[in-house]
Amino acid sequence: MSVSSQDVEKVALLARLAISESDLPEVTERFGRVLGLVDELNTIDTETVVPMSNPHDMHQRLRPDAVTRQNDRENLMASAPEQDQGYFLVPKVID
Amino acid sequence: MTDSALLCGSVTSLRQQLRDRVISSEEITRACLERIEACNGALNAVITVCAEQAIDSARKADKAIARGDVASLTGIPLLHKDIFCTNGVRTTCGSRMLEQFVPAYDATVVTKMQAEGAVMLGKCNMDEFAMGSSNETSFFGAVKNPWDLNCVPGGSSGGSAAALAAGMAPLVTGTDTGGSIRQPASLCGVTGLKPTYGRVSRLGIIAFASSLDQAGPMARTAEDCAIALTAMSGIDAGDSTSADLPVPDFQAGLNHDVQGLRIGLPREYFNDDLDPVVRERVMVALSVLEQAGATLVDIELPHSHYAIATYYVIAPAEASANLARYDGVRFGYRCDEPKDLEDLYLRSRSEGFGEEVQRRILVGTYALSAGFYDAYFNKAQQVRRVITEDFTRAFDHVDMIAGPSAPGVAFQFGAKQQDPVAMYMEDIYTLAVNLAGLPGLSTPAGLINSMPVGLQLIGKPFDEQTILNAAHRLQTDTDWHMGTPQFTTVTS
Repeated sequence: MSVSSQDVEKVALLARLAISESDLPEVTERFGRVLGLVDELNTIDTETVVPMSNPHDMHQRLRPDAVTRQNDRENLMASAPEQDQGYFLVPKVID
Repeated sequence: MTDSALLCGSVTSLRQQLRDRVISSEEITRACLERIEACNGALNAVITVCAEQAIDSARKADKAIARGDVASLTGIPLLHKDIFCTNGVRTTCGSRMLEQFVPAYDATVVTKMQAEGAVMLGKCNMDEFAMGSSNETSFFGAVKNPWDLNCVPGGSSGGSAAALAAGMAPLVTGTDTGGSIRQPASLCGVTGLKPTYGRVSRLGIIAFASSLDQAGPMARTAEDCAIALTAMSGIDAGDSTSADLPVPDFQAGLNHDVQGLRIGLPREYFNDDLDPVVRERVMVALSVLEQAGATLVDIELPHSHYAIATYYVIAPAEASANLARYDGVRFGYRCDEPKDLEDLYLRSRSEGFGEEVQRRILVGTYALSAGFYDAYFNKAQQVRRVITEDFTRAFDHVDMIAGPSAPGVAFQFGAKQQDPVAMYMEDIYTLAVNLAGLPGLSTPAGLINSMPVGLQLIGKPFDEQTILNAAHRLQTDTDWHMGTPQFTTVTS
């Protein structure tokens, strides 16, 4: 399946990536090459095959719903780019 | 003891010397730190060195040894790939996005190896977010191959493989999502093991593709890998995909007996696409096992051809979801002066991620988006099962499978950078093993034009012992794994 630069721009927005006008043709070309590679999958019949999401078909293990570790807010927030009084700061969202 | 004997020593031999008190952990650790200091300018294999912390740990190890309190890795220095979170030590994942990230906890692998007495020297360079087969995608610059500084070390655990080959540490860790331990091990002439999916906890490993990622050791010998694997493995309450199985003592389980071992050679790996010189090296190595009593059996893995296409849907799809967390808000890179929240997200991610990472996020987002999910992601998961069933059928007839680890030896910088698909082909022999969740090992099989080439051994699920045994036997009968690059002698 071929892709247009508009397709790439749409996907980029969904992925929250900004692609500059000047990079767009090359990104589109290389993106198209990867999709060309994966289009091969259409040549195999998998009508009755159950999709595999875990190589051992493992199921999620659940643990008892009990507190095991206390929140370590200060340490966990130490890597935040901007914070104030235990809150992450972002640009103003509502005027 | 000379430094070069120290720097080329195996974990097994260093451990014996430590226990016999002929050398101290501090001496080995200092020799490694000096080696890093001397060579890292040329190789760029290590991003962060923890010299003071390492000396401190080494002294503690020496005291423990004096008390007779020894665990499996007491006093052995090691380097971790910079994808493992280390409490208080910067963990970059080879990315600008995490250039300043200092985790508040240790990965389970780090905790376990520390508990066994290992001394952490620092953190190794890698392809950004483990996405690459040449180490050229690292934000911190490419790693050089110690066998030829004009060539790549492989990837994504290329810093780990190069550091080990250059004698910076006797033991290193890596992760393998599609070949990232086995391919650089092959290109740098070392032994590397990707355990069965679930054998080693993924807690604290920066996530790339969660259903494929697995951590493992790289070392000079299969025996060293066996020791390290036992130290790293086991169920972890913090990783619900870690396997609830007992962890064998893989070193104690080693023997030299390959009599009657049935080794499958997939026709699809040994077809006309395989470089005849690589084939010749691989077959010579296999003939050593054959002479020792193993039987080589032709087998078929008829859907091998689809592994690359399947992988390049599933891995990017999982990566696009995993990497959505990097938003410039909670941790990681944040752009300057965002004008609004949208701008903060867009610019932080575009400036923080490199080209290959962005390409895989785009492909993954596309494969998961409305209207394409069935055609791409669901389809790839179906083909994943078909590929896995090929292996299951093959293992009805053989005990393990063998083939090349990589299509060739290390290539020159820039040779495959312009075409993502050409780079993806580097992992043509390794990807299917991740899709099927199997253990795989690369062991040196000699040189081609003075550059190392690797033999890959693939085992049944959770049967790392059989492939470790076969590699151990091969390393007993040959000395390919003892080869060291000229680089070692030039600079020491």
